[in-house]
Amino acid sequence: MTDSTMHTQEDPQNPEARPPVAKKAKGKITRGPGRRAQEARRQFLRSVALTAGVTSISLLGFVPLPSDGKRHILRPPGALAEEDYLASCIKCGQCVQVCPVNAVKLDDMDSGFGIGSAYIDARKQACDFSCDGLQCVLACPTGSLTHTLDYTHDTRMGFAIFDKPKLCLAVAGKGFKGLARGPDYEGLLRYEEIDRWNPIPLNEYPYDVEICDLCVQACPIEQRYNQCQDGKYPSGDKNQCPPERAIGLELIEEKNGVRHMKPVIYDGCVGCGVCEMICPTAEPSIIIDYDTLTKRPLSEHYIAKSKKGDH
Amino acid sequence: MNNVLESLAQLFGRASRKPRKNELSPAAQKMYFHKKGEKVTKAQLIALHDEHHKNSKNKWRKRRWLTLIAINLLFVVSFSLDIQLLEGALTASRFMGFHMADLNSALQVMLAHKTVLINLLIGIVTVFIMWIILGGRTFCSWVCPYHLVAEWAETLHLWLAKRGWAKNYTFHRGVRTVFYIIFALLAIVTGYTVFEFISPTGILSRAIIYGPTIALVWVALLLLFEIFLSRRAWCRYVCPIGITYGIVGVLSPLRVTYDMTDCKHEGDCRAVCLVPHVLDLTIKNRSTDVEVALGADCTRCGLCVDACPTSSLNFEFKGLTRKPVKDPSLENRPLMPDSNESLVGKEPSAEPSAIKEQEQEQSSEQQSK
Repeated sequence: MTDSTMHTQEDPQNPEARPPVAKKAKGKITRGPGRRAQEARRQFLRSVALTAGVTSISLLGFVPLPSDGKRHILRPPGALAEEDYLASCIKCGQCVQVCPVNAVKLDDMDSGFGIGSAYIDARKQACDFSCDGLQCVLACPTGSLTHTLDYTHDTRMGFAIFDKPKLCLAVAGKGFKGLARGPDYEGLLRYEEIDRWNPIPLNEYPYDVEICDLCVQACPIEQRYNQCQDGKYPSGDKNQCPPERAIGLELIEEKNGVRHMKPVIYDGCVGCGVCEMICPTAEPSIIIDYDTLTKRPLSEHYIAKSKKGDH
Repeated sequence: MNNVLESLAQLFGRASRKPRKNELSPAAQKMYFHKKGEKVTKAQLIALHDEHHKNSKNKWRKRRWLTLIAINLLFVVSFSLDIQLLEGALTASRFMGFHMADLNSALQVMLAHKTVLINLLIGIVTVFIMWIILGGRTFCSWVCPYHLVAEWAETLHLWLAKRGWAKNYTFHRGVRTVFYIIFALLAIVTGYTVFEFISPTGILSRAIIYGPTIALVWVALLLLFEIFLSRRAWCRYVCPIGITYGIVGVLSPLRVTYDMTDCKHEGDCRAVCLVPHVLDLTIKNRSTDVEVALGADCTRCGLCVDACPTSSLNFEFKGLTRKPVKDPSLENRPLMPDSNESLVGKEPSAEPSAIKEQEQEQSSEQQSK
C-alpha cells in the first residue's frame, strides 16, 4: 500500500511527469522496488530542499535593502503604528487609487515586508488633504489606515522639524520669486483661490514674496485654521477647524542680537509634508521627522496623539 | 462525507490509490469488465478528438484566458480611466463599491495582526460565497495572473523537455501543505504577512495595475525555475492560495466530472493537467463509479475537457446540468441487485478468459510502474 502510494505520487502513467531518473540512471538500479525507493528518497530530499529554500527566501523580507531615495517616507494619514500597519495592510493599493494628488505610492520588494504597502514621499508629492475627506482612510479595506479618524487635523503622519536653518531663505532674510521647485517639478498642490476641487501642478504657480514663507502659506492646516478664523468653515463644517496652528513665521532674536524670521512648528502640525515638498531650497530646510530605523516619527507628539487616536 | 475527506486528503498531498474491488460500484465493475482488452491506436484517438472537438479545439482554454485577461484588465482600466469599476488589486478590491478580499491574503493579514478585521469581514464573506459557488480553485486558473504566465512558461518547458534541454524534478505534493503551515506560523510569529513578500499573484497583480516593480525579478526567477527544472512548481508544490481556495471549493457544485463510459484510459487528460492526481481516477480500475466528480484540488481550468478525445470529462454545475444519456442500452442493462459484492467475482464461469486477461493487464500495469 505504501509502495503504491509513493508510486502514484511519481505519476507513472504520465510520461512527461516521470522523473528523469529512469533515463539517467543507466547502470544504476533502474527497475523494481530499489529504484522506486531511491527515487522516493530523492524526491523527499528535494522536497526538504524546496521547503528550506523558499522559506529562506521569504525571510529575506527581514532585511530590506538600504534605499536612500526613500529616506523620509511617510505612511498615509491614519496609518497605525508601523508594526501594526505592516501586519494589517493587505497590499491592495486602494488608497493609491483614490488619492487626488497621487501622493500615495506602493513600496517594492527592496523594502522587505513593506512590499506592496503604501507610503508617501513628501518631497516628491506630499499629501495636501485636497480630497478633504481622507479618501485613503475611507478606501482602506482593513483599517490599516484607522477608520477612527474623522478630520484632517486628527492625523499624525509625522512632525515637521526645522532641519537645516542655514539653508532657510527666511532665516537669511531673503524673499522668493519664481516657481517653488522649478519648471520640471511634477508635484501637485491645491490652491483654493484657483480651483477648490482640482489640484494644479506646482510649476504653474509662481510665487513672489518679500520674506519666504512658502511653508506657512501652503500648509493645509494653517489654511483651514485661517479660514475658520475668518468664520468660513471648510466644507461648511465647524468640526473641520483645526484646534491649533501648525506653523508660522516668527521674529527671533539670537543671543548676539541678530533678529531674523524663522518658521516655527506648532502642536497642530500633522506631518503631511507639504512644507517639505514646497521648500524652495535645494535640500529642504524643513522636513517631516521620521526615524529611518524604527520607521516611526521620533517626536513625542506622535506618541501622545496616536495613543489618543488608537482604538 | 467520505468523498469530502478523500478530496481534502488529496488536496493536502495524499497520493491517490487504487480502490479495492469492493469499493467499486457494481455499475463501475461491470463497465470495467466490458472494457477488458479494449485497445485504441493514436490515430483512432486523434480521429475521436477531432470529432468531439470539431467546433473548437481549445474552447475552454480560450474562454478561460479571455476571462483571466479581462478581469485583470478591468483593474487596470478602472484605475487608469478612473471609472471606479474594480478598484484595488487581487489581494483586496472593490467591485462597483462591493468589498472583495482575497481569502488567503485576508487570512495572512489576520494571523499577522491577530485581529479579526471587521472591515474585511464583508469582503471575506462575499468572496467566500462567490468561490463556493464558482468552484474554489477556479480562482487559480481563471483569475490568477501568475497562472497564465506559468501556463506559457509550461509550454516552453514541455518544448524544451522534449528535446532534453529541461528537466522536470518532482516534489512530494505534501510539501504544499507544509508551506501552508509554515506561512501561517510565520505570519503569527513575526507579525508580518511573510507570504505576501514572495507571492507572485500579489506582485503581478500590483505590477499590472500600478506599474512594474523590482519584485518582478523574483517572478521571473520562479518562471525560469519552472521552465528548466520543475514543471509548474509554484502552483503544484508551494502556493498556499491554492490550498485556501481548494478548501473553499470542496463542496462546490461547479466541478469537472468524469464519465468512464466512453473513456479510452489513454491519459491525454493527465498529460495536460496542472494537478494530474485529480485525474488518476481516469486510469483503468481507479474510478469507484461510472460518473465521478474530480477532487477539490482541480482548478476547473478545462484543459482536460478540451483534451479528452471522448468527451468523458465535462463541466457540471450540480443540480443545473442535465447529462444526456449516452448509451441507452447500458442504462437498460440490469445491474447487480443492490449488492456491493464484486460483480466480476460472481461471473467467473461466464467469461473466465476475460478475467484472466484483466488480471494479466493489472499485473503488467504494475510492473510497468
